[in-house]
Amino acid sequence: MQFTAMILNNAEVSPGYWRMRMTAPPEILTARPGQFVMVRVNPSIDPLIRRPFGVFDVGMHQPGYTGAAGQPYLEILYRVVGKGTGMLSSLHETDLLDIIAPLGSGFDSGPAGEEKLIVGGGVGLAPLYLLAKELVKDSPVRLFAGGRSKDDVLCITEFERLGVECYTATEDGSLGECGLVTKVLESRLDATGNQGRIFACGPHGMLQAVAGIAARRQVPCQVSLEGYMACGVGACLGCVCEGAGHSADTPDYRCVCSEGPVFEAAELKWEGV
Amino acid sequence: MKPDMSVEIAGLKLRNPVMTASGTFGYGEEFSQYVNLETIGAFVTKGLSLKPRAGNPTPRIVETPGGMLNAIGLQNVGIDAFIQKKVPFLRSVNTPAIANFFGYTPDEYAELAARLDSIPEVAALEVNISCPNVKQGGIVFGTDPGCAASVVQACRAATSKPLIVKLSPNVTDIVEMALACEGAGADALSVINTLTGMAIDLERRRPVLANVTGGLSGPAIKPVALRMVWQVSKVVKVPVIGIGGIMSATDALEFMLAGATAVQVGTASFVNPGAAQEIAEGMEQWLLDHGVGDVKSLIGALQA
Repeated sequence: MQFTAMILNNAEVSPGYWRMRMTAPPEILTARPGQFVMVRVNPSIDPLIRRPFGVFDVGMHQPGYTGAAGQPYLEILYRVVGKGTGMLSSLHETDLLDIIAPLGSGFDSGPAGEEKLIVGGGVGLAPLYLLAKELVKDSPVRLFAGGRSKDDVLCITEFERLGVECYTATEDGSLGECGLVTKVLESRLDATGNQGRIFACGPHGMLQAVAGIAARRQVPCQVSLEGYMACGVGACLGCVCEGAGHSADTPDYRCVCSEGPVFEAAELKWEGV
Repeated sequence: MKPDMSVEIAGLKLRNPVMTASGTFGYGEEFSQYVNLETIGAFVTKGLSLKPRAGNPTPRIVETPGGMLNAIGLQNVGIDAFIQKKVPFLRSVNTPAIANFFGYTPDEYAELAARLDSIPEVAALEVNISCPNVKQGGIVFGTDPGCAASVVQACRAATSKPLIVKLSPNVTDIVEMALACEGAGADALSVINTLTGMAIDLERRRPVLANVTGGLSGPAIKPVALRMVWQVSKVVKVPVIGIGGIMSATDALEFMLAGATAVQVGTASFVNPGAAQEIAEGMEQWLLDHGVGDVKSLIGALQA
């Protein structure tokens, strides 16, 4: 659906990372973890194309007086990387945005009671919070959050409040383990004898490493991908990724926006896996 | 009184002059949730080829000031899957569907034209002559008047449906191309396809697109498109369909003044999936506000 949203809150949660809450129609509450939204940053032609963001959270916003009706909201978590996100970060409460949501496939939660291993790198945590909220209802959930430094590890407190057991790793050692988050993930898999199900979102290098770990250890793994896209509805075909069987002679492209953004890792092509 | 918004392209009656451009609207169904397809004049499918095409490596698109570059590589399902999977949807919509297609040889073009001719749900054909002729070592049908004419003749012989030819702007003289296509039997001309461009990533010292170059679309190309529509419509007798950066009803009406009988909305549908419908509605409102009773009275009405 397409709607005009009013910004309720737009705050920098860590240097360069912002979290925005906006109003949305009640249908937003049916958004599945892993789905995304397309945001038109402003009505002008610069920037022209919408920006895709994972759904960080949805819920009911309670206005500040007794007996007031709740207002459904949508939250995104974004990193300022260019002109579009820069403009987004300059918006204020009551500013309006044109939104198309929810789009794409979501994560498949898997069986209840099974250990769920969520792996996020930097702003890749964005679509994983709503997932964690869903998973904690019937399963033990562990989060492995990584980044270059502590500034890149976001919203851990929110995950902890859900009852998620959080592990962190940073490349400079400023928070948690020093090194890559995949190392921490592997320690857990060693300890449990490769039990559980992996859900990952983050930079391509991290996803590739996670996909490799999942393949070697035969652990089910879903990844959420990013892609340059213009439409978000499967028409422009700009955002395709390579399927497992892809080669120059036998091309196998999958559309990230309409067939994804969540894929079984084993369905995709990964270098060196 | 409601203005008369209808126009006609080679016998194809449109309820209004607004169509969606090939490659920006999938096969129609992708946008049905956002647009009431029965409020627009027609829609044009993604370009079809005899065999399915996987398209180019990524990145395939990049935003540029006021526009975007794309190098999708003509990814499409191919004619067989189109007939099996996409045509049933066309049947369900009471709006003409125009099939865009391309080949690598005049024979391939003719074969596709003949197959599309036999599909009752396809109201008209739009030939893309702007793709490289891989068989003949780099000759591009769309930039050589003789080659373009041979392709159009081959298609003309294979179909009795309205035959629209989509012209490339990447030529020295688009008028010469337009006259060649008209002479070869085109019923209408779509003006223009994307302008070839490129974007560079300074830090990586690499082109942004995997294909290096891509087609520029969006508001950035509108002045070029207007000029070409104006030039072409002055010299041809067949109707011209104006395309290039149309984002609003104002843009669309400007193209009609320049000589277009109808328009196609492209990149705007990516930005706003309801763009075509909103533009059609906005045009009608403009006519009402200005006391213009018939949209056809604007065609070529530029005072220049």
